Formats: sequence, C-alpha cells, structure tokens
Amino acid sequence: MGVTLTEKAAKHVSNYIAKRGKGVGLRLGVRTSGCSGMAYKLEFADEIAADDITFQSHGVTVLIDPKSLPYLEGTELDYAREGLNEGFKFNNPNVKDACGCGESFNV
Amino acid sequence: MALLQIAEPGQSAAPHEHKLAVGIDLGTTNSLVATVRSGLSVVLSDELGRSLLPSVVHYKADGATEVGYEPQTRQSQDPKNTIASVKRFMGRGRSDIAHVESIPYDFVDAPGMVKLRTVAGIKSPVEISAEILSVLRARAEAALGGPLVGAVITVPAYFDDAQRQATKDAAKLAGISVLRLLNEPTAAAIAYGLDNSAEGIYAVYDLGGGTFDISILRLSKGIFEVLATGGDSALGGDDFDHRIFCWILESAKLAPLSSNDARLLLTRAREAKEYLTYHSEAPITARLSTGVLVDMTLTTAIFNEITQTLVMKTIQPVKKALRDAGLSASDVKGVVMVGGATRMPQIQRAVGEYFRQEPLNNLDPDKVVAIGAATQANLLAGNRAAGDDWLLLDVIPLSLGLETMGGIVEKVIPRNSTIPSARAQEFTTFKDGQTAMAIHVVQGERELVSDCRSLARFELRGIPPMVAGAARIRVTFQVDADGLLSVSACEQTSGVEASVTVKPSYGLSDDEIAGMLKDSMEHAKDDAFRRALAEAQVEAKRLVEAVQAALQSDGELVSAGERGRIDVAITKLQEVAQSENRRHVTLAMDDLEAETKEFAARRMDKSIRRALAGRRVEELGNGLEAKGEQA
Ligand SMILES: Nc1ncnc2c1ncn2[C@@H]1O[C@H](COP(=O)(O)OP(=O)(O)OP(=O)(O)O)[C@@H](O)[C@H]1O
Ligand SMILES: [Mg+2]
Repeated sequence: MGVTLTEKAAKHVSNYIAKRGKGVGLRLGVRTSGCSGMAYKLEFADEIAADDITFQSHGVTVLIDPKSLPYLEGTELDYAREGLNEGFKFNNPNVKDACGCGESFNV
Repeated sequence: MALLQIAEPGQSAAPHEHKLAVGIDLGTTNSLVATVRSGLSVVLSDELGRSLLPSVVHYKADGATEVGYEPQTRQSQDPKNTIASVKRFMGRGRSDIAHVESIPYDFVDAPGMVKLRTVAGIKSPVEISAEILSVLRARAEAALGGPLVGAVITVPAYFDDAQRQATKDAAKLAGISVLRLLNEPTAAAIAYGLDNSAEGIYAVYDLGGGTFDISILRLSKGIFEVLATGGDSALGGDDFDHRIFCWILESAKLAPLSSNDARLLLTRAREAKEYLTYHSEAPITARLSTGVLVDMTLTTAIFNEITQTLVMKTIQPVKKALRDAGLSASDVKGVVMVGGATRMPQIQRAVGEYFRQEPLNNLDPDKVVAIGAATQANLLAGNRAAGDDWLLLDVIPLSLGLETMGGIVEKVIPRNSTIPSARAQEFTTFKDGQTAMAIHVVQGERELVSDCRSLARFELRGIPPMVAGAARIRVTFQVDADGLLSVSACEQTSGVEASVTVKPSYGLSDDEIAGMLKDSMEHAKDDAFRRALAEAQVEAKRLVEAVQAALQSDGELVSAGERGRIDVAITKLQEVAQSENRRHVTLAMDDLEAETKEFAARRMDKSIRRALAGRRVEELGNGLEAKGEQA
C-alpha cells in the first residue's frame, strides 16, 4: 500500500523541485482544520525527519509523518487540469465525505 | 474541487485561505498576467492557450466592451471606438501626447488627463485600462480557482506620479488590490533572479512594439536602485515592419496603396520580420485589391542592411543612460533583454557587441516582466520561503525634509531609504502664544530650503497658545510602496492635526535628480557653513524675542542701568546677526545672555512664587515633565 503519485504528478513534482534548485522530496500530510475537519498538506521537503515514513514513486521521494499516514494510506496524488485551473489532486480512499472544495475532508 | 499547489515547507495554507496573487504587465501593445504555481512563476493563458492579451479595447454602442485579439484585428473597421496603446495617455494631458493630431481618437481635453469620446460615452484612459485589467483578473481567478488577494502591476521606470496614480486607479476600478507598482526593468531583473545574485550594475534593454526603454539599475543588499533611464518613445518592432514595408514598395515599384492594402503589406512585413528570427530568408506574398500579386523574398542580409540605422538608434540612448549614471559599458555586470523585438538576431548581436558580453536572453522576452512581477506578488502576499526575506526594491531618490526657522532643511527621510518608509520628528513653536505652524515639505540634499525643491506647504492650526518651545508637534513622513508621500502633523498635548499628501519621488526626472545630487556634493562644505550661520541667526532672533517679551511682561524687575545695558546688547546682536560671521553672532549672544542673567533669575523666582500660590503640586510636576521631554 502506502502512497503513490501518478506518472503525470511525478513529472510535475520533479520539474518543480528541479526549478526550485533544492529539496529532498515531497511532503504529504494532514492536519485538522477546514470545513470538514481535516486538511491536506502538500509541501516541498528540504530534509527528512527522523520519524518520517518515505515512499518512492516514479523517482520522487514522498515523505509522510507517522500521524498522517493512517489518513493517507492508499492515496494516489494526481495532477489535473480543470478549465484554466491546474494542480494536484488527492485520490484518497479513506475519505468519507469531503467539503466541495476538495481541500478538507472527513474520515 | 480545488486543485492544490506545492507550498514551501511549513507554508501550507489553511483550506480556502490560499493567498492568490498575480503579477500584471500592463503593456502598451500587449498585457500579461502571471502567478507562482508550486514555486514556479508562470504566465497564465486564455482558453485558447494564448498568453498575450493585446491591449486593445473596443466599445460598442450598447456599452459592451471587447478586449484583446478580436478588436485588434478589427481595429480598422471602427477606429474611433477601438482604443489601442491607451498606456500612452495614462495620466497625460492633451498637450503631453506626442503627435496627438495623427491619432485617430476623438480626444476630449479634461483637466489633468485627456478623455476619449466613444459610442459608449466619454472614457478616461483609467477606465479603458481597467477594461484590460478586468479581463486579466477574470483569467487569473479562473486559473487559480478563487478571488485574488492582490496584484503587482508593472510600470515603466520613468512613469511620473500622475501616471502611476492613474495605473493604481485603473486597478481599483477593475477590483484589483494593488500590492505594489513595480518598475518594469526591476521586474525583469527579478525574473532573472538577479535580486539574489551578486551586487552590481545591470542594464535592462527593452525593445517592444512601439517603444524602446533602457534602464541602468544598481543592485545592492537586495535593493534595486534606478540610476538612469532613457530610450525612445517612438522606436520599436513596428519601425522594423515599416522598413520592410518600404522595401517592398520600392522593390516592387508599387503605386500609392489604399489603406487596406497598406495594412495588408504591413502585416506581411511583420510576419517576415518574425520569420527571419529563425530562418535565413522569408517569403512575402500578397494579393492586393488592385489585382497585383506581390511575391518576393527577403533575406537576412537585406533585412540587416535596411534596419541597420534602427539598430544603431537604440544604442545611442544606451550610451546616454550610462553617461548619465556616470558609468561605462564595462561597469555593467549583466544585460537583461526584454520585449518581443529583442528576439531579432541583429539586436542581440549589437547589444552583445556594445556591452562585450552575451545578454541574458534565456527567458521569453515577452514574459519576463510579468514573471518578475508574479514573483514579487507572491512574496508580498506572504507566500514566501523561509530565508527569503528580500522585499525591498525601490528607494527614495532624494531626501525628504521640512523647512525650519531660518530656511534650513531638517531632513526627515534621508535619500536611498527603502520604501515603504515612515519617520517622525518632533518640532516646537518658535514664539510665545503661537497658534499656527506653517509646514513646508521639501526634497533635496542641500542644507538650505532655497536650494531644494518645494513639494508642498500646509498649516497646522489651532495649537493652544503656549510659551515658545512648549508645544510638541510631531511631524510624520510616510512614503508608501509606490513612492507617494503623505505628511501629517499633530500637536501632541492637544491632539490638533493636519495632513497633506504629496508626490515626491517621481516628480523629478532622473536628470534633475542627478543634477541635484551633484550640486549637493559640490556644495557640501559651503552648505555646512551656511547652515551653521543660519542656525546662529535663528538662535539670535529667538533670544532677542525672548528678552523683549520678558521685558514687556516683567519690566519692573530691571533697574534703569540694567535696562540700558540690555538694550545695547540687543541692538548689537541684531546688527551682527545680519552679518555673515557666525562667530560674531555667537559672541554677541553670549553678551546679551550675560547682561540678562540676573534678570532671568529674578523672573524665575517670581514665576515660581506665582505658580505655587495658585496651583497644586502635581500640576506643577506635569508641567515640568512635559518640558523635560521636549528638550
Ligand atoms: N520572433 C520575433 N522576431 C522579431 N520580432 C518579434 C518576434 N516576436 C515578436 N516580435 C516583435 O515584438 C514586438 C512586440 O513586443 P512586446 O510584446 O514586447 O511589445 P509591448 O511590450 O507590448 O510594447 P511596448 O513595450 O512598446 O509597450 C512586435 O513588434 C513584434 O513584431
Ligand atoms: Mg513592453
């Protein structure tokens, strides 16, 4: 199981990290907040914390803190385009109901 | 469903709280909008994938508007209602506009700024620009999935205050909150990351469709200072089109053309020019309305030959700008290329040869300004990475200060302070019972008001009558991020206030600024002398007035002999105060002080007795405290 990136998402992440000029990988996480209780975290990572759990997906190192992992187990991160808008999208099997915004959710 | 972007470590925004900010290049010919996505500055395209938005607005009789490619292609059909290059009219009066008679619009002379009569009513350049900005705003909000917190909008470095203010007003009208106006060359330098690079001198060479701008910037401690600007407001890619057009007419021996045919050939000329950037020859074919078929080939060699004078015409202003900045080509550390017309190989070559270095050209020259503006917008909106704490980009070109007694300038904000900036200084009244204070705001480096530039005057009225020196007037100077100055004055004990907004940093041309700086250096010694003299003269006047006031109210405390000696000392001091000898003035002041010493002591005793008789002790304490503070 774990967490994966689609090939498209991985390509974008690799490109962004290369252009940024530094970074060891991509950090995914969850925190409480938002209209449905939980919110995603999507950040560049400059270092790996001691208790981070790491995954490799299409050449990208994904870092997740142990508290977030249960909520993200099985998640696939995709890159999507909707009209003029584009960006990353979490396909998370743990989510019961999400706020229409897609930024926060409940498990 | 929102699509997410990658944030800097620890910077993930709470849901619905992403700070969406954009950079906007509001160009004469084309405009663009860019944003930072997952750390990368990108230009936002329309539904058809086009990143440029032609800065052309078409008004229809029912008040509807169209902006962009559509009106651009149909410009000739409805010229009076299809406004192009409105940037040239921003903040300008009719008389400021070059070749106003050859512009097809129906100008209405309005105070301050021209207006244009269209089928949809009379429109100001601010409203027309707002139409362009609204389209860019809608594009950005669709692309980012939410409302913008604000935008950085770029303006030419030489834009004066009226032009900057007009640009801000246009943004406001379009519902955009302006995080900052940014100079176009500074934005281009930021796009190349020069703000993070070593300190030094950089040149920004911007050849657009109709204008050429050269800017010399100095980077130090992350701040860009515009040292000099220059250019030609009627030189750009269009002139190259025109040369090809003339070459076609001559080579094909064409008779005078109808305006439609002329427009057709100009379009073909432009296509050929752009084609030659990537190929060694360009075919030119067109069927004219007369039935004549134009079918020719333009080679790079011919193109170079017929445009050589245009290329050289851009180098002249470069030389002049460097001269104005007191620099030579070898001082320049990097040259940034901006504007679609810099794609032409002969331009790249000429610039490279002049500066003896390869210009920076690996970013798209149409997009660099918008990209740099987006980077800045992202920072100002607060989406910055840890350690990325540069922000300050512009500085105040000349010191801002106040006139004090004797025509001396008290500098409040020194030259080269970064903006935004706010400083306050306390002043006091000069005369007993003074109820108003004139505040004169000046700009310049010299010590005397008469050698500086006057920016504004206003009055603080309603100061409660107090003895000279007791009022505490706090004068605050505030320069916002766009270089607009506001000055406010407040009497601290009574809360009486007055304020004024003035327009300092852009009211002077760079030539004038350079001239004033040079003057101040040449006169530094002279000024110091004159300042000391003027200060002594003020002191003398103050002393005479104080003594006279004291004699008036407590004349009974001096003997006749004493009075005679005091009067002599006063006359003497008044005489020498007119002279140019500071030492004589201070000596005469010492004399007068010596003659009045005992008198002053007797007055002090008297006033203490009077005060103790009528007041409670803590009141007396308060009075002393206030006095101690303002000393
Ligand atoms: N490949 C190319 N080769 C040569 N010239 C080109 C090329 N692409 C664009 N141009 C020219 O660049 C010019 C437009 O440049 P740009 O879009 O930078 O203008 P602008 O910034 O809107 O104008 P201005 O600076 O006058 O406000 C046009 O003359 C266009 O023909
Ligand atoms: Mg331009």
